[in-house]
Amino acid sequence: MSRPTFLLDGQPVAFDDGQMILDAARAAGRYIPHLCWHPDFPPHGSCKLCVVKVAGRHVSACATPARAGAEVESDTPEINAERRTLLQLLFVEGNHFCPACEKSGNCQLQAMAYDLEMTTPRFRHFYPDRPVDASHPEVLLDFNRCIYCELCVRASREQDGKSVFALTGRGIHKHLVVNAESGRLADTDFSAADKAADICPVGVILKKRVGFAVPIGERTYDRAPLHELAMPKTEGKG
Amino acid sequence: MNAPRKLRIATVSLAGCFGCHMSLLDIDEQVFALLERVEFDRSPLTDIKHCGPCDIGLVEGGVCNSENVHVLREFRAECKTLVALGACAVNGGLPAQRNHIDVGRCLSAVFQSRPGMDTAEVPDDPELPLPLDKVHPIHEVVRVDYFLPGCPPSGEAIWQFLSDLLAGRTPRVASPLLHFD
Amino acid sequence: MTRLAWADTMDETLQRYGRRPEYLLQMLIHLQGAENWLPPAALTALAGALGLPRARVEGVAGFYSFLHTRPVGQYRVLFSDNIIDRMAGSQAMMARLCRNLWLSPGQCSEDGLASVDFTSCTGLGDQGPPLLVNGYAIGRLDDARIDAVCELIRQRRPLAEWPPGLFHVDDNIRRRDALLAAQLRPGQALQAALAIGRAGWMAQMTASRLRGRGGAGFTTAVKWQACRDAPGAEKVVVCNADEGEPGTFKDRVLLNTCADLVFEGMTLAAWAVGAQRGFVYLRGEYRSLLPALEATLARRRAEGWLGRAIGGVAGFDFDIEIHLGAGAYVCGEETALLESLEGKRGTPRIRPPFPVTHGYLGRPTVVNNVETLAKCCLIAVHGGAAFAATGTAQSAGTKLLSVSGDCARPGVYEFPFGVTIGQVLEACGAQDTIAVQVGGAAGITLAPYEFGRRVAFEDVPTAGAFMVFDSSRDMFDVAHNFVRFFAHESCGFCTPCRVGTAMLADTLDKLAEGKGSPADLIEIEDLDRVLKQASHCGLGSAAPNPVLDGLQKFRPAFERRLMHADFSPAFDLDGALRRARQMTGRDDAGAHLPQQAEPPR
Repeated sequence: MSRPTFLLDGQPVAFDDGQMILDAARAAGRYIPHLCWHPDFPPHGSCKLCVVKVAGRHVSACATPARAGAEVESDTPEINAERRTLLQLLFVEGNHFCPACEKSGNCQLQAMAYDLEMTTPRFRHFYPDRPVDASHPEVLLDFNRCIYCELCVRASREQDGKSVFALTGRGIHKHLVVNAESGRLADTDFSAADKAADICPVGVILKKRVGFAVPIGERTYDRAPLHELAMPKTEGKG
Repeated sequence: MNAPRKLRIATVSLAGCFGCHMSLLDIDEQVFALLERVEFDRSPLTDIKHCGPCDIGLVEGGVCNSENVHVLREFRAECKTLVALGACAVNGGLPAQRNHIDVGRCLSAVFQSRPGMDTAEVPDDPELPLPLDKVHPIHEVVRVDYFLPGCPPSGEAIWQFLSDLLAGRTPRVASPLLHFD
Repeated sequence: MTRLAWADTMDETLQRYGRRPEYLLQMLIHLQGAENWLPPAALTALAGALGLPRARVEGVAGFYSFLHTRPVGQYRVLFSDNIIDRMAGSQAMMARLCRNLWLSPGQCSEDGLASVDFTSCTGLGDQGPPLLVNGYAIGRLDDARIDAVCELIRQRRPLAEWPPGLFHVDDNIRRRDALLAAQLRPGQALQAALAIGRAGWMAQMTASRLRGRGGAGFTTAVKWQACRDAPGAEKVVVCNADEGEPGTFKDRVLLNTCADLVFEGMTLAAWAVGAQRGFVYLRGEYRSLLPALEATLARRRAEGWLGRAIGGVAGFDFDIEIHLGAGAYVCGEETALLESLEGKRGTPRIRPPFPVTHGYLGRPTVVNNVETLAKCCLIAVHGGAAFAATGTAQSAGTKLLSVSGDCARPGVYEFPFGVTIGQVLEACGAQDTIAVQVGGAAGITLAPYEFGRRVAFEDVPTAGAFMVFDSSRDMFDVAHNFVRFFAHESCGFCTPCRVGTAMLADTLDKLAEGKGSPADLIEIEDLDRVLKQASHCGLGSAAPNPVLDGLQKFRPAFERRLMHADFSPAFDLDGALRRARQMTGRDDAGAHLPQQAEPPR
């Protein structure tokens, strides 16, 4: 009853039929970078940071079923360079000023940039104008940092049963909106206790009055890198 | 055996806070080791006003006005290797927080509608550099060879970076020295 | 006119579409008819009536170019902005209209009368430059026609009262072959297929080796078989009439001249796979075809070719409804089309699963192109072997080409597969040709040394666009136009396409403004790579094609736009001081900046 395997960077990874490359890799304790993927939700495939190379094609590891005998390249200079370019595009698309962001140190986008040794956003910045929404008593929305992973959209719809968030617009003008004609979070039924309040990988959804409870330098990814902390805690020694 | 030629370094702070320069001084006693290998050209540390031919230029701060553009171009022209030092040089940093505000409104708010100002005019002295409508990181104005992010980069990161550069190694800044905050 | 016109339309809208959320896009299109835009309160009311989150309704309304969540003019004029339309003088026409009406592009006139903008190719490349006014096409624009349009707008004449001649669209069929010369009566193909039984019909389809005409070239019989074999009783046939690829218009002509063949092809597909429901997803730009298409459907129902027990076969029940698109090229991608049919944002799905197993509302679904479906009728009547006898080894049958650009006779040409580029050029009367863009913006740019290549899946595949450029054209302008098109049409779902197409378009803007440097060519190649390799769907991976081909085959057109510097800023340095000069009243030398650094001392 041996399970089929594929090769991830030359090392065998066992998988169950129908399992995605990323899931199988995680179960075997192997990290593949990701931003929009989350264990509680079906694969989304928008951030593209989990890109891997299979038989010459670049595919999303989160949404590509594993196949027996396949050779999957992930932690290679070529693929990491591609991921770095994707990160750089995300950094210049929004306004990511880490020194002024209270999510700094707890931010997955930033931590992944550290993992991938991104020292410059390289491209020219779009510097979009995205006003913040401070209307809600408990939570601040700073749209400047949105990377459109839709985790808040999905969590609010599927876990909270509220659909507080949605995306509108198209292309580079795509943006997050809330479920109110006024466009203000205060006019929705959002609560800081919602699952969606804790799911943002970057610094868009911020609980008020706790931003600096943990000082810079002592935060999540100051203590350990993303590629360690993103792995499941009970497994991972496979 | 002849001692190798000392490398010439120039440094400048454009739209920055000199925090990166303070961090450079935070390399503490390594300053002596550094000074055995380099000599400083234009820099706030030397008060030389114009940059001559240099091996390395360290630029702190983004580009917020016309003078920044001239100085940055002088650095690019004179320095074989140009380094963006710190968050503001790398992505505009805090000064770029004004980028979504019309610069005319900024000038007006500061000079025309602030209580206690003697004059209600925006200064028009030709000696003063005019602000650009947006603050830009330096790589949007000139070609840049290396980037060392951080607000500021730690003295340790700066020292490792310079050590690599002086030793002829491609500088590599990785965790835990790589920081954006 | 009351400002609550939308409220009067709401009940009718809900009733017409049965309050079903999958009709959300159709309801928004219908509701917008009341005031030309969708006021915030209208979205709230519609969401409430459907029991949908308002944010979801806003998300859909914000996705489609032809839906407006901000006021636009009572007359909304959109100029088609394909490179072919530009070559035909669209920009001068737009300038004239703006001058006449005291307008500027992108803005609504103060009295709310009119607004003017660009839109992606409207499918009238053979009779341009064209515009859409409130969704209806006017082609062959010249000064007189622009002035006439302006006068009608000034008089606030309802569109229904405009001279019909203004809206006349030609078919321009220049070469007929098997399909366009066919004279089949309605039902003839169905009778033939029903006579040989379902298995016999599938065998003919297999023998025909018919491949999809939408561009990808998947074997139609294999697709049908997979759908038929997929578990699930409710199967669906979708006709992809979202002909958005710049430079193509042959599906418009097919729908205008042989709608019966298209509907009959859908019915043949339904017979093969066991489907009860059929949809035509008609691009919004072609909404003027809608009344005639609906009339044809009604006639076919009356004749017994749609509805219950088709052709007298008990249990063969199938009907077709037409859904309108609303200005989103990406909906031509079949999974984005299905999302749109379900009333959602047109975001391409993750594949697998494929539509043949999980399509419309999760049901097994066949999605075929207009031309593919029409050709099924030929196979039914003449047999699969006869169909496979024309064309090439891997590309059976004929192909409709939409020819436009620098040639004497633009229009639709039907050629057997295997025709060379040179033969098409000769047929359409092209002279002094320096390039042909085959397959639209997403296709391939061919230089003269390639004009011996053949239109076929195994050589130059195409959905039908064939744009001709003579030596007076600058191939940089062509690539620039196409890249801007992709940036405008990116759905924004995945990182590489959303940001990459915008960045690529900005970089080509920079070159167009004469501010480019050799470093930009390196950046372009880098962006091309990440777009091609990492994009979620074909839109993103095809977006760099015009630039890749351009840089390979027409590199000097790019290089001559570079400044003689190793680096030049993308933004206008001196322009960046304009506001400060204005505020200080200064204009001395120090108040200006040169775009390039002075040469080193």
